[in-house]
Amino acid sequence: MNAAGISVWQIGSVAVQVALCVVGAPLLVGLMRTVRCRLEGRVGPPVRQTWRDLRKLLAKQRTQPEQSSFFFAVAPVVLVATTIVVIAFTPMVTTRTALLGGSDLFAIVFLLLLGSVSLALAALDTGTAFGGMGSSRLMAIVALAEPALLVAILALAAPVHSSSLPVIVAGSLHHPMWLATPQRLLAFGAFVIVILAESGRLPVDNPATHLELTMIHEALMLEYSGPDLAFVVLGESLRLTVLLALLSNLFFPWGIATALTGVSFVVAIAVLAAKVALLAVAVAAGEVAVAKLRLFRVPELLAGAFVLSVLAVLSALVIA
Amino acid sequence: MSMDRPRNEYPRPTTTVLETTTEGLLDGAKALLDAGHRLALVAAHDDLSSIRIVYVFTKGPPDERTELVVRLDPSRPLLPSLASVSFVASRFEREMKDLFGVELVDHPQPRHLVLHQHWPEGWYPMRRTAGAMPPVVANAESFPFIPVEGPGVYEIPVGPVHAGLIEPGHFRFFVVGETILRMKARLWFVHKGIERLMEGKTIDEGLEIAQRISGDTAVGHGLAYIMAVEEALGVETSGADCQVRAALLEMERLYNHVADLGALCNDVAFSIANARALTVRERLLRINAEITGHRLLRNGVVFGGSRVQRLATIEELNEIEHEVDELVAMVRSNALVIDRFAGTAVLSHDDAVEMGTLGVVARSSGRQFDARVAHPFTDMPADFALAGSSGGDVLARFDVRVEETRTSLACLRAWTRDGVGSQGRSTATLSAPRERTARSGLGIVEAWRGTIVHRVEFDGDGRLSRVKIVDPSWFNWPALPISLADTIIPDFPLANKSFNLSYAGNDL
Repeated sequence: MNAAGISVWQIGSVAVQVALCVVGAPLLVGLMRTVRCRLEGRVGPPVRQTWRDLRKLLAKQRTQPEQSSFFFAVAPVVLVATTIVVIAFTPMVTTRTALLGGSDLFAIVFLLLLGSVSLALAALDTGTAFGGMGSSRLMAIVALAEPALLVAILALAAPVHSSSLPVIVAGSLHHPMWLATPQRLLAFGAFVIVILAESGRLPVDNPATHLELTMIHEALMLEYSGPDLAFVVLGESLRLTVLLALLSNLFFPWGIATALTGVSFVVAIAVLAAKVALLAVAVAAGEVAVAKLRLFRVPELLAGAFVLSVLAVLSALVIA
Repeated sequence: MSMDRPRNEYPRPTTTVLETTTEGLLDGAKALLDAGHRLALVAAHDDLSSIRIVYVFTKGPPDERTELVVRLDPSRPLLPSLASVSFVASRFEREMKDLFGVELVDHPQPRHLVLHQHWPEGWYPMRRTAGAMPPVVANAESFPFIPVEGPGVYEIPVGPVHAGLIEPGHFRFFVVGETILRMKARLWFVHKGIERLMEGKTIDEGLEIAQRISGDTAVGHGLAYIMAVEEALGVETSGADCQVRAALLEMERLYNHVADLGALCNDVAFSIANARALTVRERLLRINAEITGHRLLRNGVVFGGSRVQRLATIEELNEIEHEVDELVAMVRSNALVIDRFAGTAVLSHDDAVEMGTLGVVARSSGRQFDARVAHPFTDMPADFALAGSSGGDVLARFDVRVEETRTSLACLRAWTRDGVGSQGRSTATLSAPRERTARSGLGIVEAWRGTIVHRVEFDGDGRLSRVKIVDPSWFNWPALPISLADTIIPDFPLANKSFNLSYAGNDL
């Protein structure tokens, strides 16, 4: 697709999904918190509480640990920026996205990784024990989760002979039977585990804990405050949102706009929001039923995800 | 004092007092320890003419109490250390060194314990001649941690200010990867000088303070204090009042154990169980408020008796038991939770005995000691049995709390059926006793954390001249680092919660 072929709708779709995610991501986290509270028989904060917190944080003064470098201040921006780039490249609203060329699943995975790594580096930069502890734990988890994710992508890419996201999504839209194939189901399992691990949800990490010694993701943000913390919180919620949006469009692509019309766009946005919200509620409900794994058991879980994705590739090869 | 009150079935046990010298101290203590006594309390007293040290040894059942008394020269109070025969004694000795300026002979670790490095050297706050406190000096270097060195070893300092609503304590971890090599807990950040504060107070003023030593143990500390006072003054308490007091102790055990069951689940992120446990706790607190007028059961124990509006009804107890059963079933059926509990932070039986641990911690490591059996002051129901486990891990401590919760409910039900509380609603406070000689008394109570011992002395004016308080946490804190031998850092909060020790009760 050349530049001349890009319509205003396609550019609009990118703008819309970025705006939607930035506004919606904190609400999504708030929704999960509220769902969890209600299921536990507590009232919980309102869904918009995350936004209230962000607004409060943004109005505060910036502080920085004495001996940290410029990277401490840069990392939250890197996190938010990379995640927004990922959002722009992900086919959320339409498969005919303006940024077709860059919308490669491998690129997206590594962009997300860039955010994690920069946050881990910033945590090391603070020189605190908790920062180092959190970084080492996060890197261990990422090192185990990424291979599982990459192999699972192979299983999805095999039928369409492309790792381009819009192609994969369009492919499964045109061949609905693909969704029920063994490789899809196995890859789905692997994806879910990796998403829980990467976004710091139970049973890998507990986003609600105050116990520093048990933290993984939270340990990285301990030294952040004010606007920097707001960016980290926003970045983390964006990451969760885009991962859930990816999951929903890769495995449940219905509703995504294939035609460039206003009606299909509105429908696509509504369906997307519903799907992501539904997945978030499912994750939150699942969290109520599980406990946090012993840290040394997390590799076993991620190894399980890797096995699932290897099996997905194998079955893709056998079926092909 | 009415004449028709039921006679107390438990006449006060007598305390044998043995005067000894610094030379005879070690042999005397060794003989008592070898005979199966436990060193329950060591209190120093500044009598101006001498520094008098009282070692309280207890044993039971049958209830036996022996006091070894040794007097030191106040100008040069040299005390031979009992560290070679009792780890517990070595810590009491360090406490006396900090607070009384006792000089320890042959002590393996004559370091600071209670007073941190910034306290002025040579100023001993419990000495009568101490005077006003000299200005404190910031000096962090003189009180270092023993370093652990080697490739890949790093330190994690945690606290004293923590993220949750918990008390202050500093934990220094020495870690390789995620594995804890060594952990040192530094406490006494909330040392308030409670024992000094109680000196010169009246009985009732002392009770007010005793109930606030550790907020969650108002009955335990209040009762240990008042029993010590009653023994010192020779005041008898009716059997009915003793049963009401025992019931209050079990009510306190209930709400704390239930909260602990939930808190353990919360630390492994199984927060639905915590939410359930907190509703049960709240229900208990509301019952408590109707029993003594205070949600944490303050003011139910009074000098000479007890004062309650009512006790929990059978229906209330049944409802609580039903909810506890549901909670426990929910936890036990969750494999992830049990996996986190099982095998975590094991305290071996030998260590539990050697460190002199008490209460839930001891009973979870197979040490069957309970003051309700060893030093009873009222009848326990016929089917009363001690909870126990030999596992020594977090799961064992969870299970023992579950069992003790059920035992408490069974006791309360049995007592309620016997009509306890109906006749003991409001015992008139006894008038101050006629006897006004200097006397001492001992109070031993099995509170929810473990055995609490108070020893009080009165001066000739009927005022407290010395109160020594020993909370079970004092014995259990040193066992926590020992249990972390094969534990990883992210499991520490869970291990710590399973011990659930009091900072306030320890720091005093």
